This record gives sequence, C-alpha cells and structure tokens, in this order.
Amino acid sequence: MFFTYLRRELGNRRKQTVVIAIGMALAIALVIIVNGVASGVRDAQSSVLESVYGVGTDVTITQTAEPGTDGGGPGQRFDFGSGDGSTEGGSTQVAQSTLSAARGTATFDASTLTTVEGVDGVAAATATLSLQASSFSGTLPDFSQGGTSGTGGTGTAPDPGTGTDSGATQQSPPTGGADGAGGSSFDVDQFAVEGIDVTADAVGPLTSVSLVDGRTFTAADAGQDVVVLDQTYATSADLATGDTLAIGGTDFTVIGVVASTSSDAATASDTYVPLDTAQAVSGLTGQISDVYVTAASASDVDSLKTDLEAALPDATVSTQSDLASSVSGSLSTASGLVSTLGTWLSVVVLAAAFALAVLFTVSGVGRRTREFGTLKAVGWSNARITRQVAGESLVQGLIGGVVGVAVGLLGIVVVNAIAPTLSASAASSSGPGAGGPGGVPGGAATAAAGTATQGGAATGAASGFGQQVVQATTDVVLHVPVSLTIVLFAVGLAVLGGLLAGAIGGWRASRLRPAEALRSVA
Amino acid sequence: MSRAEAGAAGVTDATRASSSPADRHVPAERHSPADRHSPTAPHAPEGHRPMYRLTDVVKTYSQKKKTVTALAGVTLEIPAGQMVAIQGPTGGGKSTLLQMLGALDRPTSGTVLLGEHDLSKAGDHALAAARGREIGFVFQGFNLIPTLTAAENVETAFADGSVPRDERRRRAAAALASVGLAERADHLPVELSGGQQQRVAVARALVKEPTVLLADEPTGSLDEATRDEIMDLLEGVWRERGLTLVIVTHDSAVARRAERRLHLKGGRVTEI
Repeated sequence: MFFTYLRRELGNRRKQTVVIAIGMALAIALVIIVNGVASGVRDAQSSVLESVYGVGTDVTITQTAEPGTDGGGPGQRFDFGSGDGSTEGGSTQVAQSTLSAARGTATFDASTLTTVEGVDGVAAATATLSLQASSFSGTLPDFSQGGTSGTGGTGTAPDPGTGTDSGATQQSPPTGGADGAGGSSFDVDQFAVEGIDVTADAVGPLTSVSLVDGRTFTAADAGQDVVVLDQTYATSADLATGDTLAIGGTDFTVIGVVASTSSDAATASDTYVPLDTAQAVSGLTGQISDVYVTAASASDVDSLKTDLEAALPDATVSTQSDLASSVSGSLSTASGLVSTLGTWLSVVVLAAAFALAVLFTVSGVGRRTREFGTLKAVGWSNARITRQVAGESLVQGLIGGVVGVAVGLLGIVVVNAIAPTLSASAASSSGPGAGGPGGVPGGAATAAAGTATQGGAATGAASGFGQQVVQATTDVVLHVPVSLTIVLFAVGLAVLGGLLAGAIGGWRASRLRPAEALRSVA
Repeated sequence: MSRAEAGAAGVTDATRASSSPADRHVPAERHSPADRHSPTAPHAPEGHRPMYRLTDVVKTYSQKKKTVTALAGVTLEIPAGQMVAIQGPTGGGKSTLLQMLGALDRPTSGTVLLGEHDLSKAGDHALAAARGREIGFVFQGFNLIPTLTAAENVETAFADGSVPRDERRRRAAAALASVGLAERADHLPVELSGGQQQRVAVARALVKEPTVLLADEPTGSLDEATRDEIMDLLEGVWRERGLTLVIVTHDSAVARRAERRLHLKGGRVTEI
C-alpha cells in the first residue's frame, strides 16, 4: 500500500515531482562540480608548489629584501670603463656579465641553516642561494667624430632600484645617433641560477625534478664549475650536456639536464650550480637566500613555524599553506573563484532547492487536506500519514540526487575533456621588487656613448626586458578528480533535503484535523 | 461482535433475523413500538445495549474572538443496530454531532460513549484506533483518493497494516463485489460515475466490518435515481449486517427511510 500510494502520487503529480527533482539535481550537480573543481585546483596548486619548492618541503625560510636600498646588492649594473670594449671600424664592442642575488631576494648568513637544524621538529633542512645571472653584450657606433663628448667618457647605468620606479625613470626614447646613423645593437640575457647543496637529496628544489640527460650533482661536485640545466632553459638557450655556459664571467660545464616531474609544470630555476661555487662566483661567500625545511611530522608544521620564527626573528618563515597564497596567475584566480563564488553558489542553490522542496511539499499537503482528513477518518494514524508524505518527498529528493550526480559527473567529464590550462606563477622568494629593470638598456647606451641624447636602437629592448624575474610560471592542466565520497555526500544531501521537506510536510499533514474529511467539496 | 450479542438479547434482532423480503421495504413496520424508545430516556430498556450514549455534550468553537456553540448540551442514546437520520438547518450542529459520533473530534464538555469506550477523553491515537476498528464513513463528496484504483481505495481502510496483503486484497475484492463493482476494481475514481464512486466509498467503509456506519449527506451529490440506488444499498447493508447506521441528510425522502429521525437546531436535538 505504501509503495503503491507513493508511486501513484508521484506519478500523478509529475510536475511537482519534476520541479523538486530538477531543483535538487541542480544543487547536487553544482556541489559535485564545485567540489571536484576545487580539489582539482588544489591538486594543481600543490603541483605548482612542488615544482617550485620541491617535494617534501614543509617550510621555507627567506629574508625580505629591503626595498629602496639604492645601489645595493639587488640592483643590476653594468659598468664600462674607458678601456672596456674594443673599437673596430668605427664601432665599439662591449660585453659584460654579472651574477648577483636574485631581485627581491635578500641573502643572509649560512649559519642560519645550523640554527634551523637545531630547532626541534626539523627532519631535514637545506640551504640554497638564488642568483640572477645577467649578461650584456653589444655593438656601439663610434660617435667621436660628430659627438659633443668623447667616446671615452665613463658612464654608469642608472640603477633601476625597486621595481616601481624602474619604468618611470626610463629616459626619453633615444632618437638615434647624433649623426643620424644609429647602428647600435645590444644583446641582453638573464637567467636564474640556483646554488644548491650538492649533498642534499631529501629536500630542496631538485627533489621534484627528473633527470633528462647527463647526471645530477654528487658530493664530488662541491666547489666545481659545473651546472645542471632546466630542460626548458636548455632548449631556449640551445645548450646540451657537455656544453659550456658562462655564468658571472666563469665558464661552467653542463653536466645534466633535468625536467619537472609533472610534465605540465616548469621548474623554479633555469640553472643549478653547487652552492659553494655559486657563493664564490657571486662574491656572496657564506651567504644563502633560502632554507628548505622538512618537518618531522606533517601535523606539527604550524608549531614548527612558530619555533622557527622565534629562533630567527629576522627571517620570513612560510609554510606550504602560506606559500599557496603566493601562487598567482589564472590558477590563483580559479582557486579564488572556486572557493568563494563556487562555494557560495552551491550553498545558495542548495538552500533554494531545499526551500523549493519544502514549499512544494507543504503546498501539496495543503491541496490534499481532504484526502488526508479522509485517511484519518478511515483510521490512519498520524505516523502513517507522516510516513507517507515523508516517503514521497524522500523519493523526489532521491530522484533529484541521482539525476544531479549524473549531471555532475557529466560536467566533470566535460571539464576534463576540455582540460583547461591554468597558468600559475609562484614567487619563489617573497618580497617586493619583482618589476623589470626597464631602465637599463637606455642607460647602458648612455654610458657607452657618453651623451644623454644618444642611444641608438636601444628602445626595443626596454619593454621585454623585465619579464624574466625570479618567478616560475607554470602551466597546469586542470584535472578534476571524482571521488566516491563526494558522490555519497551529494546523495546524502539530496536525501537530507527530501527528509527535511518530508518532515515539514508530514508534520503539517499530521496536524490536520480528521474532521477535514467532512469538508464539503470545493 | 457487539451485533451478535445484541442479536441474542434484542427484540429488534429477533425480528430482523426472521425478516422476510416482503418487509424489507417497510423497515418501520418491522420494529415493535418497544424498539422506538425515547432517545432522551436515561436508560435503554432491558436487553438493549446502547451503541452510543451521549451526555450533556457541548461543543464550542472560537472564531475571531467569538465563541460559536455548535452543540449546546446534547443528551442522546442510540441503540445498537438502529438506523437514525439526522436533519436540521445548516449550522444547526449536524456535522458537529457526526464528528462526535465518528470520533473525529472531542466535545468541549460532556461524555461520548461508544460502547464502553469514552471518546471524550481518548487521545488522538486512541480516537484513530477507534475509527479504524469500529466506524465506517461515507461522505457527501465520496472522498476517494484520486490516484488510487477502486480496489486500492477500499484497501486503505485497513489502516494499521495488521492485515496481510493477500487478505486485504481478497477482502477488498469481496467488498467491491458486494456493492456490485467487481469489474470496476482497477478503475480510478475519475473513470467511475458518482454513484459508482459512492459505492466504492461504501465498500471502503464496510470492508473492515465496522459496528457503526456514519454517512454525511451520502446522496447530496447524486441525482434522484442514483440517490435511491445508494439508499437501497445502505439500507440493505444495514439490514444484512445489523450495524448501527447514522445518516445526516437534508433530504426528507432519505430521512423517511430511517427508523428514527432526529432534528438538530441551535445545537439542540429533538425527536421528529
């Protein structure tokens, strides 16, 4: 009787059943998709972080660069004296390369590592030195014949300082040589150099890469002029194992090429060299820029952070979850969108679906007043009538839940089929000043020519120059996982909605007076 | 059960048990004057077991701060097996009295005894149980569940689920057959005429073999020919089963068939 009556009622009030089911389905589908995308984005985020910080890194320690220290370490400068370069046939050739701490990175004493290792709860720690190699080479026309100043004058490129003013201080675009001939050409190259401890293999940037060619570091490489290249950089710079790469004026032998373990992510650095070599070449002896720490227990990361901050008052201590906020780009946008808009949207739609189910059930009970009154007159107990109404709502909710799960899974399949690519940037060193040193080329030209008005063809280089900052930009394909848990959770929500509507509707029905049966036909 | 006991002791039942087809059409003549005792008499004559005994029943409703008195002290006794018609103007208290008799509501004051059972003090659950066990209803608007077939509607009468499914089906089919609708068992109410729907409703009321059958304007929605059909059916059932039949009606033609006619006006009952 229960099922016969239930089936007939749902079949007869198909419109109501369909509306309630659609509402519920929409909400359930949304919950599944939002939840799936959220965990997909989380996966993407952690894969980006892994590529930057290495597998197993729980905490990183850095120091923020002091902004605005004019002429200080982070700035790049190419100084050319009168003797630099060679003049040949009316033009001057100049070339210089520098290796300095990466922009926005402050270096600190290597003893910090010892301090970190002494903190309770640290399983492993390794230090790295993030550097930026820049090389400049160019050909300048000989201005001595028509120029107002001698070519031998010594100029200094204005320091770009912090990123904010770098573009603004750009000189007015040079309009060509004094003689109208132009004829300058420059080649500016920058790449990231990561000095790493060759003995560390448990933690650090190189733990998330796989070897493509050659070999990685061994303990014997300490102090040697050897370099391991990231595959992306090796390809763009056209280098292979056995080649030679000049870093900061020193020639390094390429011993291997590595790639990020996830095919869709790039590694943080372009090149890796032994830490002590990096310190020696850059002149930053005994200095490091990052410490990577593995916690003894994943659950103690937060208390470890507190301990480390106490031990190192000047340092910036970041946990993985802090670092997640440093992920920027469309991945970050997606993450924000999913976590805020998506969650709220599903909450609102879910609430609306519940409200819809409740309202329709209550209005249905209202229309069936005489019917329920009659059943009561016939002897049905309140419990039996409540059960009947609740059963109807529950089945409506279940239908909605099943349809919703199907639609939600379909949605996930569609998202995975489209496979949207999210780009993410994770700043490997926190801190300001990542802006490009846009003022350099013009300044360099001035230095060489000795006059402010002459710069030849330097304009073109200015805009594209600031891009290569110490950020790893990674493209991650969004893959939305499907878990049984979320499907069950969604069905549970549908059942809950049905029960809620059924409980309220059943309560209304149970409160009807049996004397309603005697009401005259409307 | 109560019918059997009453049959053993009552004069009415002795008469009825030997009733011939000839006197079916004149029920009033079948009964001796002793049967037609005064309803206001405090005690029924020896050997009569009263089905209902109402004492000073008052029922008031509050409507918009005004108190409406639907029953203003009704004292009434209905012997088991009697066929009673209740007439009276709209708002006179007919429906309210039927609610008291049908265990659909409790009086504001006074007592309503159904057999030995005091309905005025019973809880909702006990009232529902009493309705399910003792009372069959027939309504003016038939009140069939529109989504259920005739047979399923009859089955709803087995309210507490204690009767196994096979027995329910068998008894529902038998009840439908007894009202002449065996072939319509699988039809929905909308596929049946008004008279047929009321027959289904009668089958639903009778399938659990109640001791009391209460009918609220059972012919109010029917044309004259169908009215007589349904009245013949109800009267036949009353006679065969010996149950107590109370009919609320506006129709004097219907009321004239009853053994006893009550008039309700202003919440007070008088014999006609």
